[in-house]
Order: sequence, then structure tokens, then C-alpha cells
Amino acid sequence: MSAEVTPLTTSIDTLRFSTAGSVDDGKSTLIGRLLFDAQAILEDQLATLKGATIKHGHVDTGEPIDFSLLTDGLIAEREQGITIDVAYRYFATPKRRFIIADTPGHEQYTRNMVTGASTAHLTIILVDATRGLTIQSRRHAAIAGLLKIPHVVVAINKMDLVGYAEDVFVRLRDEFAPFLAQLGFVEVTFIPVSALKGEMLANRGEAMPWFTGPTLLETLETTQAHQAVEQPFRFSVQRVARSKFGEMSNLRGYQGRLDGGAITVGEDVTILPSMLEAKIHSIQTYAGPITRANAGEVVTLVLDQQIDVSRGDMLVKHGSGADGLGAMPVVADRFAADLCWLDTTPIDLNRRYWIKHTTRSTRAVVESIEYRLNVETLEETVETFPKIQVNDIARVTVACQQPLVFDAYTDNRATGCFILIDDTTNRTVAAGMIQGVAK
Amino acid sequence: MREVAAECASPALLFSGGKDSIVMLRLAEKAFRPDPFPFPLLHIDTGHNFPEVMTFRDKRVAELGERLLVGSMEESIRRGRVVLADPGESRNAHQSITLLDAIAEHKFDALFGGARRDEEKSRAKERIFSHRDAWGQWDPKNQRPECWSLFNTRLKPNEHLRVFPISNWTELDVWQYIAREQLEVPTIYFAHDREVVERGNLLMPVTVVTPPRDGDKVVTKRVRFRTVGDMTCTCPVASNAATMDEVVLETAAVTVTERGATRLDDQTAEASMELRKKEGYF
Repeated sequence: MSAEVTPLTTSIDTLRFSTAGSVDDGKSTLIGRLLFDAQAILEDQLATLKGATIKHGHVDTGEPIDFSLLTDGLIAEREQGITIDVAYRYFATPKRRFIIADTPGHEQYTRNMVTGASTAHLTIILVDATRGLTIQSRRHAAIAGLLKIPHVVVAINKMDLVGYAEDVFVRLRDEFAPFLAQLGFVEVTFIPVSALKGEMLANRGEAMPWFTGPTLLETLETTQAHQAVEQPFRFSVQRVARSKFGEMSNLRGYQGRLDGGAITVGEDVTILPSMLEAKIHSIQTYAGPITRANAGEVVTLVLDQQIDVSRGDMLVKHGSGADGLGAMPVVADRFAADLCWLDTTPIDLNRRYWIKHTTRSTRAVVESIEYRLNVETLEETVETFPKIQVNDIARVTVACQQPLVFDAYTDNRATGCFILIDDTTNRTVAAGMIQGVAK
Repeated sequence: MREVAAECASPALLFSGGKDSIVMLRLAEKAFRPDPFPFPLLHIDTGHNFPEVMTFRDKRVAELGERLLVGSMEESIRRGRVVLADPGESRNAHQSITLLDAIAEHKFDALFGGARRDEEKSRAKERIFSHRDAWGQWDPKNQRPECWSLFNTRLKPNEHLRVFPISNWTELDVWQYIAREQLEVPTIYFAHDREVVERGNLLMPVTVVTPPRDGDKVVTKRVRFRTVGDMTCTCPVASNAATMDEVVLETAAVTVTERGATRLDDQTAEASMELRKKEGYF
């Protein structure tokens, strides 16, 4: 860790980013090298790494340290030379803290990407300059687009193997850019790098003077982590507190997190799906009552009257309220969604699954499959008997036993996402993004 | 923590008196006060803990007015559940048996732990809600995908979850939080004079259970602990950091990882934490 970090400053923000790709793309090398150049690898880790390089490393590169071994943690992974699961890494520079979700590219690609990237602000797509764009580059971009990750960095890697030629970089950039443009990212940045030699990661290096854009680390340090998007107030009740509040100690406290917007004491709220109405009596926190709570904050809301509210209910503001942000969420028991299938057992339209959405769990069936998304071409493939298997993405209609209170995933990630759980194996079999009410 | 309290029938919070679990207690206070915690605290006591830490543990529990359950390794040894190769063997790795026995006895279905992903490679790959089978085993190849903030808490009989709310915190985050919240920690986290034996790059503390071997040179050094665990495998580091601010500053400038500087148990094999975790370790 860099000694320049101001140790008592906790106020610097955190950027969560994900990487995906195979060992062949040099992804592990890129992360290892980035951490090393950012002085985030400590002495004992380096010593272990040097030892491991002799034991397991790819000595053919001629480099004394095989940085890819830093992220390949488990015994089974080293034996097979692959990465099995998402690994999390942490580092900080004087400007920012970083959480890396490093997702492997071999097996269970979609599953790992969804796990690693669902909460990311940015994703790094690696392209091997010697091989050009692959199916995986497009798949990665398509999934990042579906998950609504705002920022994408395309790192054109192994530039050292193509003589650091600008035209190779430009050709790959121009080839990939139109595909990315269809996916609705806030920002796409292309950077030529050599992970092996450390060019254009933390250090600009001398090999590519023709590139004047920011280095990878500069991009990570300056990317906007939080979009100041104004959203309507959303509060899913996670838990009902045992204590009661208010002067008569007769008012219940509802614990949860603001999934959007803000709320002030005295404001009117509607409880969904019951449509009951109440006012905010107080907002309780460990540090004492507050008058206003904002998106992302975890609080206990106390209503001004005793009404029936339980876990899974959502508090929202009335209609189009005075804040001008009045869109109400949808209350429905059927909806259309994009589903990432994560389990090795394929989807079964006859099965009843558990669905978990916000703080509500209920039974659900996948009623129909509209199409399967071809992530390489972004084409919608309509099949007579579609079989949705692991790593597939499909547009489906889901029907639930109880109505859900939701927004489209595009409008609110927290109230628009859900998971499906197999009730026999208890495995999480799918991650879904709600598109809207079912046709 | 609230999600576990809402979805699990019988959770418990692992509290050792160490810095990570001290942070966990404050987080639990923030999640549940003014109510009592909706779960007991659980300590797996190897019988070889630093006395300062045990004193602190009991004091903190009394202040909070919460219930502490203790899983005793002495008891496991007496009952023949744990068999040591020799009396001097470190009890650290054997804690899993006592832990799993406590889980079975109290029928816990979720245990909060203060483990962090920055500590160790196998931790780096563990979920926040980590599933354990009926044998208490972790299967790193078969973890449940964890998307957004939606946690799958479904279990079959005798299975349980390990839940790590501070997974994404680093050692520095922990110290900054302790400083900000002005939390009390055991005194051995601050610089003090202690008799140690230099063993390799580690400073082995001289204690009742780790007496010097023949030929060992005992020296008194100014040290503090970065981590507090079983006395047989936890080493202090040379330090003059006597105040909270100095500890934070020192943590920001460290050049060796927390476990690398302090733990004998991780140095036996490249992947020993992974192996211990598969057996049900914390």
C-alpha cells in the first residue's frame, strides 16, 4: 500500500470494478501488474509470488515474476491452471480505494460475470491484440450492458507482441466501437496496454508515445463512481424492529435501506401493495433520530399510525409528488424479464422456483420464453422449443404467487433485479432484470 | 445482519475479542439498537488465548448486556472429540471441531464472522453468505452466485451459513473504523514490552504455552499485535505505535500482510487456510 495514503481520511470514495477474461488474454497478469505498479503488493506476497513463479509459473515469458499467479488462489486452480471463481482484491491510491471483482473467463462465464459485476461501476474488457475480438469480448460487453454497468474500459492487451503498433489498436477500436455503442454505456474508453511489461497501466511507459489518452490507473481514478441520478423514493421493509417508538411508545419501526430518492420527517408515504397511507413520524438511526434520509442509507422509519406493514412491503411517496419525481412502482404478479441462467440444470417451465426480489420471497414460474439473446450478435433468436442452459440469456415472462412491487431495472437496479432459487437444490439458478409488465 | 435476522431461524455472532469482531459488535449495535441483538455471541476458546483478550471479551460482553456462549476446546479434548498429536501441538486448526460441535449443539443456522477477503487468498474467493453443508464444509468450486444485494439463505437440515458482513473491508478500513467510532480494543494491540524469541522473520511471544526451546535467545522487544488469535500461532510485530492514531498510521504504511507478519499457521503450506476452511474452519 502506498505510504502516501492519508491514513486518517476515510472520506475518499471507492470504485468497484470488475474484470473478465481468460488467462490467455492476460487478465490475471494485468491485475497482478496493476497492483504491483500501484505498490499494492506487500513484501511477503511478492516473496510468495516469486517462489510460486519458479514452481508453477509460465517461465516462457522471460519475466522474473509471473503476476498471473497472484490472483490464482486455490489449490485446484493452480493444478488446472484456471480460475474457478470470482476473487476480490483491494488496493488504494491517494485518490481512491478500489474493489476489484476478478472474474474468470473459462467455465461458468456468465455466472461469474453476473456475480462479480452486478454491483460494479466499471468493467474492464480485455482484448488480446494478437488475436483480435473474440466471442468472449462481445459476450462480456453484452452482459455488462444488460447489467447496466455504466463505464467500460476496453484494454487492448499484449501490445508488446504487435510492436506497439498504433494501427492495430485503431483497427480493433474501430471494429469494437459500433457493437459497444448498441449497449447503452455511459462511457467507453479504449486503452492500449502491455500487462506483461506494465505499459499504460499505472505507468505511461515509453513504448506508445502515440497514445495520449489516460492510462488505465488514471481512468480508474477519475471515473465517476456514483451517478447523481434523481430517483423516486423507494424503501423495501427488511425487518420490523421489536422496540416501539413515539411518545406513547406504540409506533413500530421499519428497518431497511433507501433504494432510491430521499425521505423527510412529516412526508406522506404509501405502503405497497396494500395501498395504505401514513406519514413519516420519525427516522431512527443508531446515532439518534434524523430528519432526512437519502438513497443508500440504512435507517429505521417510524410511521405516525399503527398499520399493517411487514417485511417485503415497499414504502413509496404518493403518485407524482411535490418532488416532481412521482413515478410509482408497478405492483404485479406477472412481468417480463431478461434472465441470466446460472445453473447447470437447464430452465424448466414446469418447475416452481423461489423468487427473491427486494426483501420479498415468493413462488414463481417461468411462464414462457420469448427469445434467447445471441450475445455475440445481439440478435434475438426465437425458437419453437427453446432450451435455456447455463450461461444463456433469455427474455422471459415470469408469474409469481404473490404480487411484487418493482421498477424496470433500467430505472432502478435495486428494485428491478431478482434471483431464482431451485427449491430442491437450494441453488441460485438465475439472475433476472425486470423489463416491465408482461404483455 | 438484518437480512440474516429476518431470514434465519437461529443465528449467532462469532466474537473473539479481536479487532474484526469488535467492529462486528458495533455494526450489530447499529443494526439492532435499541433492541437487544436477535442472536447470542459465540466464542470458540482454544484455552490458549491471551489473558488480556479474555478480560476484554468479558468486559465488552457485560457492557453490551448480551449473551455469550463459549465453545471450549478443553472440553472437546476432555470428551475425546479433539485428539492432539502431542500436548504441545497448536490447537488452532482443531478449533473447527469445537466450532462445528457448538453449531450442532445450539442448532445454529447462520454464524456471523469478521473474516475479510483481503486477509488470504481463499478468503478472497468466498461469498458474503457462504454456504456450508451438513459436514460444515465449504465447497469453493460450487459456491452460490451472489448478485446485487440479494442473498440466498435457503438451507437443508443441518446445513448452515457463514456470513461475513465486512468481507470487503481491509485491515486499514478496520482500524480507521475503530478510530472513528472510538472503540476500545484489547491492550495488546498497542505497543508494549514483551519477551519474544526471534524465529525466522517472526517474533514468537514467550508465554506459558510457548516457552522458549533450548538454545532460544529470549529478548524483550517493543511490540504490538496486529491480530490476536491462539497464543501458539500468533506473533506480535515490532512497533512503537502506542495510540490509536499511531496504529492507523502504521497500518497505512505496512509492507507485510497481516497474516504474513503474524501467523505461524499459514506458513506451513502455501494453501493451508483453504484446507482448514474446507474442514469447517472460520
